[in-house]
Amino acid sequence: MATTPNTPTVKTNRIGLSVIDYRGGKSTLCAGCGHNAISERIIDAFYEMGIEPEHVAKLSGIGCSSKSPAYFMGRAHSFNSVHGRMPAIATGAAVANHKMLYIGVSGDGDTASIGMGQFAHLMRRNLPLIYIIEDNGVYGLTKGQFSATADVGSRLKTGIINELPAIDTCALAIELGATFVARSFSGDKKQLQALLKAAIAHNGTVMLDVISPCVTFNDHEGSTKSYKFMKDHEEPLQDINFVPAFEEIDVEYDEGSGIDISLHDGSRMHLTKLEEDYNPTDRIAALTRLAEARAKDEVLTGLFYLNPGQPSFTDMLNLVDSPLGTLPQETTRPPKSVLEKIMNEYR
Amino acid sequence: MASIDVALNQGTDSRQNREPVVNNFSIQVGTVNGSGSQSANSVLLRTIFQMGVPVSGKNLFPSNIAGLPTWFTIRVSKDGYVARKRDTELLVAMNPETAIDDVKALKPGAAVLYDEPLKLATLRDDLNFFAVPFDKLVAPVAPDPKLKKLLRNMIYVGVLAHLLSLEMTEVEEAISKQFSGKKRATEINVAAARAGYEYAAANLSSSRFKVERMNENAGKIIIDGNSAGALGALFAGVTVVPWYPITPSSSLIEALSDYLKEYRVDADGKASFAVVQAEDELAAIGMVLGASWSGARAMTASSGPGISLMTEFTGLGYYVEIPAVIWDVQRVGPSTGLPTRTAQGDLLSTAFLSHGDTKHPLLLPASCAECFEFGGAAFDIAERLQTPVFVMSDLDIGMNNWVSDPFPYPEKPLDRGKVLSKEELDRLGSFARYKDVDGDGIGYRTLPGTLHPNAAWFARGSGHNEKAQYSERPDDYVNNLDRLDRKWETARTIVPGPVLEHSAPGAKVGVIAFGSSHWAMVETVDQLKEQGIEADYLRVRAYPFNAAVHEFIAAHERVYVVDQNRDGQMLQLIKMDIASEDVVKLRSVRHYNGHPLDARFVTDSILSQEQEQK
Repeated sequence: MATTPNTPTVKTNRIGLSVIDYRGGKSTLCAGCGHNAISERIIDAFYEMGIEPEHVAKLSGIGCSSKSPAYFMGRAHSFNSVHGRMPAIATGAAVANHKMLYIGVSGDGDTASIGMGQFAHLMRRNLPLIYIIEDNGVYGLTKGQFSATADVGSRLKTGIINELPAIDTCALAIELGATFVARSFSGDKKQLQALLKAAIAHNGTVMLDVISPCVTFNDHEGSTKSYKFMKDHEEPLQDINFVPAFEEIDVEYDEGSGIDISLHDGSRMHLTKLEEDYNPTDRIAALTRLAEARAKDEVLTGLFYLNPGQPSFTDMLNLVDSPLGTLPQETTRPPKSVLEKIMNEYR
Repeated sequence: MASIDVALNQGTDSRQNREPVVNNFSIQVGTVNGSGSQSANSVLLRTIFQMGVPVSGKNLFPSNIAGLPTWFTIRVSKDGYVARKRDTELLVAMNPETAIDDVKALKPGAAVLYDEPLKLATLRDDLNFFAVPFDKLVAPVAPDPKLKKLLRNMIYVGVLAHLLSLEMTEVEEAISKQFSGKKRATEINVAAARAGYEYAAANLSSSRFKVERMNENAGKIIIDGNSAGALGALFAGVTVVPWYPITPSSSLIEALSDYLKEYRVDADGKASFAVVQAEDELAAIGMVLGASWSGARAMTASSGPGISLMTEFTGLGYYVEIPAVIWDVQRVGPSTGLPTRTAQGDLLSTAFLSHGDTKHPLLLPASCAECFEFGGAAFDIAERLQTPVFVMSDLDIGMNNWVSDPFPYPEKPLDRGKVLSKEELDRLGSFARYKDVDGDGIGYRTLPGTLHPNAAWFARGSGHNEKAQYSERPDDYVNNLDRLDRKWETARTIVPGPVLEHSAPGAKVGVIAFGSSHWAMVETVDQLKEQGIEADYLRVRAYPFNAAVHEFIAAHERVYVVDQNRDGQMLQLIKMDIASEDVVKLRSVRHYNGHPLDARFVTDSILSQEQEQK
């Protein structure tokens, strides 16, 4: 190939990488699994944002969702940890190297059951991390038991009906302190892509609950997390247009056609109002709207809440500029005179 | 050396026994917890320390904020013995609830300083009683009635200064040190101590127990093991400290936090560290692993219940091969157990913490100096071996004050282990994370953020091959576990080796002890000699054991293993490791009542087993 004179030019992003550089290993998930579509969107989002893959760390817990970091951005470091404990690994990593970009992939079981405690505290800390729940309402790897995000009345193939209320991870995340909270659907390419790019531009915890149907255990009639159910019931709050900081706005929006929000890195989001008076920077309104959606059995998607000004956990630690993990001995071991001073204090 | 705990064994009709006992006795102060006796007891300890006399103090306290009985024991020993002494020669009885039992437990000839209304003098006629009207004495020296409860304690310090011939100038200096030179607090407390001293000088005879100035403490420090461990971490360049509070380890992290804030914030106010109070111990160890994976020197500290919560993550750390430093400041029992009492009961559960095939190096400090040394070395070992390393301290070492030589500055550069940089990757092209390139079982790792397209590896608990790729192939799994076992053999050569603390030519009996048992063992060796038994004493300082431990056992007819737990956990670890013909030589000494080990217990146990031998 190298000798072929007319090599077709490969399309590259602003840092000269092609989309191939953002790919990972071949997925071993079921054909048609929503998680694979999410991996594709992640690849596209990081490619289009021009983020160096080496600058990204991927983290996950246990479950089908947590396997997926193997299937995107193979050039990024990755840590597949233990069930429900990805937040702890992410917190340690982000504190040790606050210069990296962190993406955590979890599932509804990994988050809303075994991992609830760590999920809550990660949100509370506003750790700079994109936390994605690949949410299908069932445990896939253990063959189809309900998870805690399954809706009341949802039915398994075996006929079992879920009787316990679903945990709304988005409402919880807003309540606990996350600063970017959204819900999307693995089949809504445009919305998910825009939200992921905005997530990359945000500083703080992004909690992105993505309904991602399980084709094997929860895609049948009677399921509220199936492709068909989602296509029929998804209620987007807004149309989301994302313009990264490195691009000029080339579309003029009419006055009053929506709202513009600036993100931490200078990127902008234009939200075209589908619901006239919804303002995603109003925390109480967001919680109220989610409660309404729950009462009306709506599957609301879109950007629910955004607070770009809140300092992240690593901001609050007031760290030196270089990552803690790379500091040399000269910085981290105090001199002999300090030990002598301390010894004198103990005399 | 002939003076071993004989102070009270000089005839039973000791009321008439007025033989002076100099620098060889034990004081027990019985108070109510929350009454502020800690400061008074520290002043007492420090006064004796300043007079150059070997001294040790142990706080025997309940798991409670206020109202339950607590005892503080101070041992004065011209011979330098610092273990807890079983018998008390001088009782300070301040707690009405325990005073009667405390008096009944004394041996004849002991002295009792008590609060007058307790009317203890009628209880026995073979003790020397000293009544002090604390309420009457405290009123004039307490500027605020609220301070009365606290200042009563400083009064007994003054009374003891008279009874024991302590130098009042040293008492006053110790008070000033205790209150960090704060003028007002110092003045009030000095006044209380003087009031006690003057009352005693005017109204009480002196006791037969005396402190006479020596010169054994020049240059020495008084410190607790938890502070020493914190200093070890500080000078090892620790950067990330996630933790969850639990007795008796909390003070280690709190001391470390204070030191980091003082010495690791730069001129711009920026921190070269992060202390994160986690939501639980699962999160604490997870954060340690995440941070260490990213290149930080990360540690946490906990105790048994917290360590058990770290089980799953520790196995992941072993298998993904990530460094971690974890302190287990051991306390008694599973579950809550006795949270403020000491034990060495976590050895087995920690050595094999987690499921599947896992094993972890344990460092076993015996002193504050070793808490400092191992507190630093643990990072070098963990990063060299790329594995979690536990420092097994206990409540006795961690929370009690010990006289120690000052700690030497660690001159050895930090060993950050096998980490490939971008430049090395440029040269090598690529690497295989779990390949045993050097034959020591340890692969090379890269850190997240290394800007090279081949730097990334996939950290996973799932089966993996040399390249860290997912694999369920039997040969990949076996190769990996066998390499981890080679790494274990490497661990034997780099963890702290055992120390032959005492050897006698031709001794047939050997004793193995570790950790805080050391201080009783030093005394036991002398006590055994008095009984005609020469014993060699080997102090084990880490698991896995190296060849010296095996050789020691092979070289003796009988080897006693001293454990502060019911099931002889160190004995079991040794049994697993030695030649089968040597197993029959092992004997066991087991102490597990929650109190620090005393020499007489060990000596009696060995003597009775030696007797059976004959």
